[in-house]
Formats: sequence, C-alpha cells, structure tokens
Amino acid sequence: MSSFFKFVLLVKDTLISQVVSLWKVFMHLFVETDTVQYPEQQPHMFSRWRGRIILTRDPDGEERCVACNLCAVACPVDCIALQKTETEEGRWYPDFFRINFSRCIMCGFCEEACPTNAIQLTPDFEMAEYKRQDMVWEKEDLLINGTGKYHETNFYRVSGKAIPGKDKGEARNELPPVDTRSLLP
Amino acid sequence: MAWEVGSGLTISAILLVVIVTAAMLIWVERRLLGFWQDRLGPNRVGPFGLLQVVADMIKIFTKEDWIPPFADRFSFVLAPAIIMIVILMSFSVIPFAPGLGVVDSNVGVLFVLAMASLGAYSVMLGGLASDNKYALLGSLRAAAQMVSYEVFMGVSILGVVALAGSFNLREIVIAQEDGWYVIPQFIGFVIFLIAGIAESHRLPFDIPEAEQEICAGYHTEYSGMKFGMFFVGEYLGLVLISSLITVLFFGGWNGPEFLPPIVWFSAKAFFFIAFFILLRAAIPRPRYDQLMSYGWLFLLPLSLINLLVTGAVILLEN
Repeated sequence: MSSFFKFVLLVKDTLISQVVSLWKVFMHLFVETDTVQYPEQQPHMFSRWRGRIILTRDPDGEERCVACNLCAVACPVDCIALQKTETEEGRWYPDFFRINFSRCIMCGFCEEACPTNAIQLTPDFEMAEYKRQDMVWEKEDLLINGTGKYHETNFYRVSGKAIPGKDKGEARNELPPVDTRSLLP
Repeated sequence: MAWEVGSGLTISAILLVVIVTAAMLIWVERRLLGFWQDRLGPNRVGPFGLLQVVADMIKIFTKEDWIPPFADRFSFVLAPAIIMIVILMSFSVIPFAPGLGVVDSNVGVLFVLAMASLGAYSVMLGGLASDNKYALLGSLRAAAQMVSYEVFMGVSILGVVALAGSFNLREIVIAQEDGWYVIPQFIGFVIFLIAGIAESHRLPFDIPEAEQEICAGYHTEYSGMKFGMFFVGEYLGLVLISSLITVLFFGGWNGPEFLPPIVWFSAKAFFFIAFFILLRAAIPRPRYDQLMSYGWLFLLPLSLINLLVTGAVILLEN
C-alpha cells in the first residue's frame, strides 16, 4: 500500500510540472518569432562575409589582376582557371579568368593569396542556378567597375615596373634609380 | 430536405464540415506549434498559408500508393479504412446544435465508446499486416495502450451519465442548461481528457507511433493516401474527442443567447483542439509501461472513487 501512495505522490509532482510547462509553452504565443522571412526580409550580412567572388579595378579604372596565378595555386578545389597575357606597354592581365562556382567552397584563400587585392569575396550569397553550366563565371561576369573592399591598392603605382606615364623611380614612395655611372654619393 | 436530425442535407453538411475541419487542422496544428516554438509555421501557400492543406493533398494523392510485397494485402488495405469509418460513425451521435445531428440515439455514449474501441483495431491490424518489426512494435504498444485507457475512459463518463440520467448525448447537453458538468465532475473531466488523448493517439500519448523511437510505428510501411487516411483519421479523432468533451462536460451548444448554438459548440470544441495541440507542444511522451501503470494504478482507482462519490451524492439528494 505504501508503494501505492509513493506512486500517487509521484503522479502529483509530475502533474504539477506538466501544468507549469504547459503554461510556459503557452506564453510563447506572445514571444516574437525568430523567423527571418527571407526573400522579403533580407538577413543582415557582414562585410567580411565570404560570398560571391569578384574581380576589382584599381582607382585608375584599370584591371587590378596581374595574372600571377597565385589564387589558382592557393585554391584547394582548383576552381580558378586563368591565362596570362600582356598589353603592348607591358601591363600583365588575364586573357581569360574563369571561376567554376559549382566547385568553389568560398574559403577565401584566393583573396588572401592575391598580391594586388584584385580578387575579393563579397557578402552576396544568392547564386543559385537552374543549369550547372551557368555556375561557370567568365571574366566579364566577375569584373566590376570599382575597387571593392580596398580602395587604395594600386599595384602599378607602387611597383617598380615601368609602364607608360610612369617610368622607373616615379612610383609612390620610390626613389629614383641609382645612377651606377656617377661617382657622386 | 430540411435542417433536422437525420435529414440528408444535415448528414452531408456534417460529413463535409467534419472532414474539412480535420484536414484544415493540419494547417492549424502546424501554425500553432510554430508559434509555440517561436517560429511562424507554414505561411507561404495562399493567405496565411491556408492553402498548405491543398498542397499537401496534391502531394499525397500523386504519391505512389505502394503495398509492400511481404504485407498481408487485405488487412493492409482495410486498416486505414477502419479508422476513418469508425470515427466518422462516432460523429453520427454527436449533437452539434438543437436539430443538428445525424441520429438521436438513446445509447449515444455507449456507441461512441464502442466505436472508439474498434478504432484500435485499425492501428493493430495496420501494424500486424505490415510485417515490419517497427510496425509490429507499434501495434503491440497500441494494444498495451488500449487495455490501459479504455477501462477508465468508460468509467470516467459514467459520472456524467449518472447525473444526466441518460445515455443520450442530446439529453446530456439539455441536462446541462443549468450548469456544466465540468464543475461537479471535474475529476471525471480530467480523466476523460487524458483518456481522450490516449484514444486519439495524440502526443504525449502517441506511443504506438513514437517516431523518435520506432520510425513511425504502425504506419511505417504506409504511403500515399493510405497514410493520409491514418493522418486525417488522427485529426478526426482529435475533433471527435474535443466534441465529446464539449458535449459531456462543457454544456455542448449551451451558451449566452447572443451567438447561435452551433457557434458556441464550435468555439468550445476548437478551444479543446487548441489545448490538445498545446499538449503536443509542451509535454514529452511517457514510456508505455509508465502509461499502463499510471492508468491502472492511479486513474482507474480515481475514476472509480469519482463514480462512487457521484452515486452517493445523487442518492443522498434523492
């Protein structure tokens, strides 16, 4: 008989806890929902988010990419393909620059590897396509008319390479080349 | 054709409304559960997601209706039909409003109890015919659950029957014009509520289904519209139990005059439907041996004591 009363006490305790949890769950009717109604209500994206990859231009409006291939080397899934070529003045640029986004894992290694800040990742993530072939982006798809996240970088203005309008020694923070034929200090 | 008990018009209207209500409950339940879990629930298809049911129906009708080759075909097909039939049959004795009902039976309470017991065959046959270990475990649990709740379910109503002096549900409602039976029969109400959850296999007593433990229990092997019939059958059971609680303990269609009786009935029934959904949102599922010992050791003695006290009070008053 005592076990029966123990059982009754147990039932009483559990009933109280059930009623309390019923009440607490009911009060969640008046709690604001956590749902973000996505297409209408955009989520807050952070500026460092690693999303769609872009190719940027320097402040002069020229392509930043110098086709050094470091991004393609750094890419763990080998989704970047490019071919170097150069202008008549000797500026290097990519002949084609292709990113296969169906392989890309948005790791951002290419951005870290890039010496000229040309390749950058953006907070855009809406890249769904119906056809797999549409996931392959060419240079004209990737290239934007702007500097992206880094506004100052201008490789040919700091490098020692001579291009038309900027001879050796005329770059930013650059001294004129040493005249090896002069005896003066 | 007229609006009276048993006319063709009334019967078709009740059938239509009951089935549409049961189908719409899929949406109601998902939205309410969503709100109680700080989500929104389905809100995309149509206004407020109301057409979600239509989308679900299209999906379930176009699904492959597959019978496993190892199943017992006859019982496999029969099982989902049973639950729909017996629960729709039970609705025939429910008095929705004065002059609104299918049949005015003198043994309405007994009829509902009998039909509810038959509903357990659906679950047991379905699990047994599937020839699947999870389905078998589910139907085993259904049998265990049934022997634990059927007894005190019947006993808990007897107090109401004794007070009203009739097995006729319509007369029980009329007898509550002066006061709802939930006040003198509060213990009976709580016990019937618990038994009702177990009867309709709703959470927290969805022990035969228990998807976290045994896949989907008795309907593991079911797909397409046969699964849909189990599904709608469960919601029909929910509507039935809510209607029964309304009729037996909360005065059925009785209420202040400014609203028609059917509105009072629907409002009360919907309150209990929402309460059942809240139970699903809040209460975890017991083990089935816990349900059995809870039923036999606690609820059955309690309902017997309730019946004895009710009888004694009635005798003393006379």
